[in-house]
Amino acid sequence: MPDYKLIGKNYSTSDLVAKVTGRAKYAEDFRAEGMLFTKLLSSPMPHARVRSLNTRAAERIPGVEAILTADQLLSVEAPNEAALTNEPLYEGEPIAAVAAVDELTAAEAVERIQVELEPLPFSLDPLDSLRPNGPNARSDGNTVVDGEVKTIKWTETDFAELAQGRLPMGEVPQEWSYGDLDAGFAEAELVLDETAFNQSLSHQPLETRTCMAYWQNGKVYVHPSVQSTARSVGRIARYAGVSPDDVVLINEYTGGGFGSKGSGYPQIPIPVLLSKMTGKPVMMRVTRREENFIGRARPGIQARAKIGFRRDGRITAMDLFVVQDGGPYGASGDYLTAARIASLAYQPLAMRARGISIYTNTPPRGAQRAPGGVQGITVLSPVMDSAARQLGIDRAEILKVNAPKGQASYRERNGDESHVTSAFVREAIDKGMEIFNWRERQARSGQRRGSKVTGTGVALSSYSAGSTGMDGLIVLKPDGKLYIHTGIGNLGTESVWDTSRAAAEALDMPWEKTEVVWGNTSRHLPWSASQGGSQTTHAHTRSNWAAGLDAKRKLQEVAARDLGEDPDAYEVANERVYRRSNPSQGMSFAQAAERAIELGGRYDGHELPEDINGMTVKSATALAGLGLMGVARDNFEVGGRSMSHVVGFAEVEVDIETGKIKVLDFAACADCGTILHPRNLGGQILGGVIQGIGIALSQKWVFDRRWGLLVAKKFYSNRPPGILDLPHHEPMKWAAVDIPDPFSPIGARGIGEPPVGAGSGAILCAIADALGGSYFNRSPVSADMILTELERLPAAHDLLMTHV
Amino acid sequence: MASGEIIETIGTTDKTNGGVSRRGFIKGAIASGAAVSSSAYVFREQIGVLAQSPALGAVERLITLNVNGQSRRVDVAKQETLVMTLRYKLGLTGTKIGCDRAECGSCTVLIDGLPHYACSVLTHNVRGRAIQTIEGLERPDGTLHPVQQAVVDEQGFQCAFCMSGFIMSATALLEENPNPTRTQAAEALSGNLCRCADYNKILDSVMRAAEYTRGA
Repeated sequence: MPDYKLIGKNYSTSDLVAKVTGRAKYAEDFRAEGMLFTKLLSSPMPHARVRSLNTRAAERIPGVEAILTADQLLSVEAPNEAALTNEPLYEGEPIAAVAAVDELTAAEAVERIQVELEPLPFSLDPLDSLRPNGPNARSDGNTVVDGEVKTIKWTETDFAELAQGRLPMGEVPQEWSYGDLDAGFAEAELVLDETAFNQSLSHQPLETRTCMAYWQNGKVYVHPSVQSTARSVGRIARYAGVSPDDVVLINEYTGGGFGSKGSGYPQIPIPVLLSKMTGKPVMMRVTRREENFIGRARPGIQARAKIGFRRDGRITAMDLFVVQDGGPYGASGDYLTAARIASLAYQPLAMRARGISIYTNTPPRGAQRAPGGVQGITVLSPVMDSAARQLGIDRAEILKVNAPKGQASYRERNGDESHVTSAFVREAIDKGMEIFNWRERQARSGQRRGSKVTGTGVALSSYSAGSTGMDGLIVLKPDGKLYIHTGIGNLGTESVWDTSRAAAEALDMPWEKTEVVWGNTSRHLPWSASQGGSQTTHAHTRSNWAAGLDAKRKLQEVAARDLGEDPDAYEVANERVYRRSNPSQGMSFAQAAERAIELGGRYDGHELPEDINGMTVKSATALAGLGLMGVARDNFEVGGRSMSHVVGFAEVEVDIETGKIKVLDFAACADCGTILHPRNLGGQILGGVIQGIGIALSQKWVFDRRWGLLVAKKFYSNRPPGILDLPHHEPMKWAAVDIPDPFSPIGARGIGEPPVGAGSGAILCAIADALGGSYFNRSPVSADMILTELERLPAAHDLLMTHV
Repeated sequence: MASGEIIETIGTTDKTNGGVSRRGFIKGAIASGAAVSSSAYVFREQIGVLAQSPALGAVERLITLNVNGQSRRVDVAKQETLVMTLRYKLGLTGTKIGCDRAECGSCTVLIDGLPHYACSVLTHNVRGRAIQTIEGLERPDGTLHPVQQAVVDEQGFQCAFCMSGFIMSATALLEENPNPTRTQAAEALSGNLCRCADYNKILDSVMRAAEYTRGA
C-alpha cells in the first residue's frame, strides 16, 4: 500500500466542535422572521376514505393562516405516496396540515377540522391478504407487478402448508434461477427446508423528519432533515414546482437517517407549499409520535429456504421463497435483494429465487441500512448454523467454505449475472476468528452457571458498497488553502470529510490547510452520489482523487509554463510545485493559484470538462476565477460491482429461569478495502452491528389486530438497544482486513450496510447455541419465546404471524 | 425601565397599577426586548382562541432563570417545559428534542449539577436553580470542557443529535466520580439513547474525558 499521509490515519472531523458546543444547526434549530408552525391532521384508522372535510371552523381561529389538503397537491400516481391523502392507507397518515402563528393554535385548528371518514377493510399480514377472500390493503389491489397495482390470491390448497408450520408457496410474479436445482438437491448430503420470519422495523432516527421552508424572490429555501444534499434538490424542486436552480437546500447536520431520509421524504411539500400560500416561513416540526408512522420502516419478510449441503458444507442448491410485508405504498424490492445477497454471501452452486411483496395497512416501507440484505442474512444465518451443526463442521468454517472469493459472481435482483471487484471474505473470517478467539470460545458453548447458559454464534453479511461516475470539485485559492466541495450529506457517517481527504492526499496538502464545503447548495456543490447505500466512500474517494489529480496536473502545467521544461519534470509536495531536479525552482500553491487565475481557461474553471454533470458545471462556473480548479468526473476503471462484507461473532448468556438474553461479547471484522479513517470505520461497523442486535433482541411493532392500530410506538415499547444492553465492561472489538480494492484508486469501499446482518445473524445463532441447537426461525427473540421453548409449551403465536 | 423591576405576577384579570395594566406592561416589556421571547411556537401569543377567555388561575409568567451562570428574564407559560423555554425562548438550540416523552435523553441538561430530561421538567419549577446546557460548557476563551475535548479527540458519536444529552450526563458523572470504570460510565449514560449506536466510541470518549479531568 502506498505511504499515505492522510488515508488510514485517525483525525477529528471538522464538524465536531460545532456538534460538541451545540452550535451545529439541525432542521428544527433554524428560525426565520415571522415563522409559522404546522400541525398535521392524521388518520386515526388504518384504511379509510375521506367522505367530507370541512375546514371552515378551523380557518376562523385567529392566528390560523392556511390549511393544506390533498386536493391542493399535485396528483401522484399509484402506488406512490403523496404528502396528504383522501384515502389514508395507514394509521397516522397525514390528511391535512394547518399553518398558524404558533403550534398550539395550529393544533387547535386541527381539532376543529371536521372530517368524516368511511372505514375500509384493512390488512396487517401479507398472508391474510393472500388468502382467497382476504382483505386488500389498497382499493386497487394487494401487490405491485412491474409498477402496476394488481391483486393476487392463493388457493386454500396452497394454504394447507401453513397448518404444517410451513410457508405456503402460491403464485408469485417474480422468479429467477440458475444451475440445476434438482441435481443440486440430489447430490446433497443434507437438505434443510426452513420457514422463517423477520420483523418489520422502524428506522427511528433520533432526529425526526422536521422541515422548515420559505420563499424569497422566486427561490425556495428549504431546511430539511435529509441524508443526501445534491440528490435531494431535484425531488424538492418537483414538490415545489420550480426548477432545481431555484431550490436552496441548507442541511449541514442530519440527526440520522439509516435510509429513511435518502433524498427527501413525501412530507416535504407540506411546509414548502404552506409557505408559498402564506408568504411566510413555515416550520413543520415532526413529533416522535408522527415519526413512528411517517418515518419509514424496513419491510419484514416471511420466508422459506430449502438448502442442500455437501458433506463439507458447500451449498449445492438453494431455493428461496420470500413474501414481503410491503406496507401501503411504493414498490420496495427488498425481497429480491434478499436473494441477491444470499447468492453473493453463500455462492450456491444452483439457486432459485421467488417472491412477492404484499401491501399492508402499516407504516410505509423504505430502504433501511442493507435493505433486503439484512432480512436475507437474518433468516439464513441460523440455517447455515444448523447445517454446520448437523454436518459436524465448524460454524465459521461453513461460511468460509461458501464465501465469495476474488471477482466472485452473484445474481442481481432480476437474476442477471454480475461479479464483484474483489472479495477477501475468507481473510476477514480468519481475522475475526482470531480477534474473537473463536475456537476457544466455543468450548464455552452450552456451559451453565446457575441459571445462565452461554452460547456463541457467527454470521457473514454482505452488501453493496459503492457507486462510480460522480464528480469532484476543488479549488486551490490564492490564500494557499484547498477548498473541497462535496454534495453528499452529513447524517453522521462523516464521509463528507473522510472522502474529501482523497483530494488533499492527491495534492500532498496538509489537512489543516483544507476547508470542506458541504450541506448548502448555494455554496456551489458538485453532482454527488446519494448519501445512502454505502455509496459515498467508494464513489467520492474516486471523484475527489480524480479532482486532486486534475489539480495536480494543472499545477505542473502552470509551473512548467513559467519556469520551463516539461510538466512531468515537476513534483507537487509540501504546498509547492517544484522542479524535481532542482527543488528550489518552483512556486507555492498560493502563487500557482494566482497564476491560474491570470491564465484563466481550464486552469481557473472558465473552461470545464465536457463529461461532468450539469450541476457540477453550474457550481464550477460560479467558482471560476477564484483559484486553480480541480474538476473531474470519476472515469477510473470499473472492475465489477463494489461489495463489502462483515463477519460477526457473538457470545450471549441466556437465563433459563427468566428467559433474559444478555450479550456478553461481540467482535466484527470487515472486508471493505482500504481503511480510510479507523475510528469512523469502527463506529460504522459496531454501530451497524448493534442495530442488528436490536433486530435480534428487541425491536418490533405490535398492532391491535381488531382495529389495525399500532400499539408499540414508543422507544420503550419498540426499543433500540441501549448502552446497558451491550457489552460495556471493555471495548467491543472490530477489525478490517485492510486489503485495497484493486479496481479503485485508494481502494476503499463502503461499509455502512453489511454490519447490520452480521449483528442480527450472529446473535440469533448464539441464542440457538446456548439452547443446544434450538432455532426459533423468528426475530426478535423474546424471553417468553425462550421460556415456552424450554418448557416445551406451545408458542404464544404462530411462527409467521406479523406484529405480535 | 430596568428589567429587574418587572412585575412577577399576573392576575386572572388585568388590574391597573398606576395607570398601566400588568398585562399591558408585560407585553410592552417583552416587545421592548427587556425580556427575551423570540419565537411563538407552542406558547400562544394572545391572538389565539384563548385570548378571549380569562387565563386559568393566577400564574407568574415573567420569571428569572439561572442558565449557564447568567440570569435570564423570560416569559414562561405555566405548562411550558424547560426544553421549550431553552430552545424557543432563550435560543439555546443545542439541547435537542428527540422524543419529548422522557424516553431518549436527547434533552438532558443539568439542574444543580444533576442530569434531568428537560422535556419533563416544568420551567416554573426550576426558578432559582442552576441550569447548565451544552452551550455553557465551553469556557469564554474557547477552551472546550474535558468531555467536549475528549469527544473531539476520540471522534465520538455519529449524527450527534443525542450528543448534547450524553455530554451533559457524562459531565455530571465526572463531577461526582472522575475515575469511573467503563461499566460505571455506561450506567451513568444509560438514560441516553444513541440510535447510531456509537456506544463504543461514546464510552471511549468518556474514559478519555475522565483522564483529562484527573489530569486537569
